[in-house]
Amino acid sequence: MIHQVPMLVIGGGPAGMVAALQALEAGVDVVLIDDGIEIGGQLIKQTHKFFGSEMEYAGTRGFQIGNLLTDKLFSFDNFKYFGRTTATGFYEDGVVTALKDNKEYLKFKPEVILIATGASEKPLAIPNCDLPGVYGAGAVQTLMNLYGVMPGKKALMIGAGNIGLIIAYQLLQAGTEVSAVVEAMPCIGGYLVHASKIRRAGIPIMTSHTITEIEGDACVERAQIVRVDENWQPVPGTEKWIDTDLICVAVGLTPLIDLLWMAGCEMKYVAKLGGEVPVRNKQMQATIPNIFVAGDAAGIEEASSAILEGAIAGLGMANFLGAEIADYDEKHNKYWNELNSFRSGPIGQRISEGLKFVLS
Amino acid sequence: MRIKNHPILKFEFGRKVKFTFEGKEMYGYEGEPIGAALHDNGVMVLRQSIKLKRPRGFFCAIGHCSSCLMEVDGESNVRTCVEPLKEGMVVKLQKGKGTLK
Ligand SMILES: Cc1cc2nc3c(=O)[nH]c(=O)nc-3n(C[C@H](O)[C@H](O)[C@H](O)COP(=O)(O)OP(=O)(O)OC[C@H]3O[C@@H](n4cnc5c(N)ncnc54)[C@H](O)[C@@H]3O)c2cc1C
Repeated sequence: MIHQVPMLVIGGGPAGMVAALQALEAGVDVVLIDDGIEIGGQLIKQTHKFFGSEMEYAGTRGFQIGNLLTDKLFSFDNFKYFGRTTATGFYEDGVVTALKDNKEYLKFKPEVILIATGASEKPLAIPNCDLPGVYGAGAVQTLMNLYGVMPGKKALMIGAGNIGLIIAYQLLQAGTEVSAVVEAMPCIGGYLVHASKIRRAGIPIMTSHTITEIEGDACVERAQIVRVDENWQPVPGTEKWIDTDLICVAVGLTPLIDLLWMAGCEMKYVAKLGGEVPVRNKQMQATIPNIFVAGDAAGIEEASSAILEGAIAGLGMANFLGAEIADYDEKHNKYWNELNSFRSGPIGQRISEGLKFVLS
Repeated sequence: MRIKNHPILKFEFGRKVKFTFEGKEMYGYEGEPIGAALHDNGVMVLRQSIKLKRPRGFFCAIGHCSSCLMEVDGESNVRTCVEPLKEGMVVKLQKGKGTLK
């Protein structure tokens, strides 16, 4: 059986959930599929309070925003959710295949599709980087914040962007010791507030340092760090071994775009957005007219911007389906204004520069 | 090991269930990922890599990296980071590519 649906959302993170809500409010029937055990993507793992404005739930903790969005979604009768369902293929005739609960194959034929699959973590290519105990930051957050499992006893954080800084602090909250945050750049990449919390806790943030090697028998036991010069070359004599059982890798994410490739959307490599990203217009519509994109899959950014991009895409999709939206222009412009103001800081500036290559 | 006191989060665990790993009895909470329950029990090595037989553990936790593929109830290549734990599951270290049932 093929499920004929007006709108299919692939990915139930903040981008997908907000897009679904926008369309539901415009009266569109929405099906959302997500491959996680719980709906919410990365958002439900985040324990810190958000910045931004009311629209992005400033002052509320990530997981609480996730709960709010989930409750709203399930209050709509015209919302249908398939959990533990992985979109596996996109076919020429517009059919999307998906595997539910690892056993049942489903087929959807949507009129319009949102690809909001988020991102995956970049690995670290050094000797023994595959040993158990080397985890992506997202995995560490999942273990400790969703399932209450201590990820390790003594951690070393690699990367001082927002994710590295925030998770280093969350590790302390979970009761794990953090030896240091190591960052190859001469300065931190994340917000100062997050860095300050870590410094106040007495954890060194070692800028111009990198990790060169990991050792351990069956699991991580120690790691070598070294200072790097302006040309990223290790400075001889500065090597230091640190005992650790948990190396948390927060060296960036890359968009999950397999389905966009499969569909044949035009893609471009934009380093500032984390990798290959889809070409899109201001409605967040890709180069194939019935495919829209939002969130990290469209370029690595933050949950707040994923929320706003989701809102823009959801609105655009409802409009594409011919739903009556009296204040379409007003809403569309409002979301863009918020997004632009969110992107006005130094980190947002990088994003805006990257977007010049793919946004028309 | 579980987190004892968390300043922000209150954990709501499911029902406590028994499962086995390599024949050893272990406990976890129903519905949590098998990989999380194993981690709680101190099991870090989940699989052996195909060619070099290197130990592999939890890595991405979103079902994308293949590092945590294990044999569960006789079925190979189960992504244990996104597969919920059930009472009585028989979980085994996966060696190599696994087999089709
Ligand atoms: C460790 C970590 C910490 C972070 N911390 C912060 C932070 O502190 N503040 C902040 O603002 N941002 C943070 N971010 C970034 C933020 O989480 C993301 O920008 C945001 O969640 C992106 O939302 P999204 O909806 O695009 O994707 P996601 O939240 O990643 O959701 C994507 C969803 O799609 C699902 N999916 C993927 N592929 C498929 C498929 N084929 N079929 C079905 N479903 C699929 C996934 O399971 C997932 O549920 C963090 C990210 C990570 C990884």
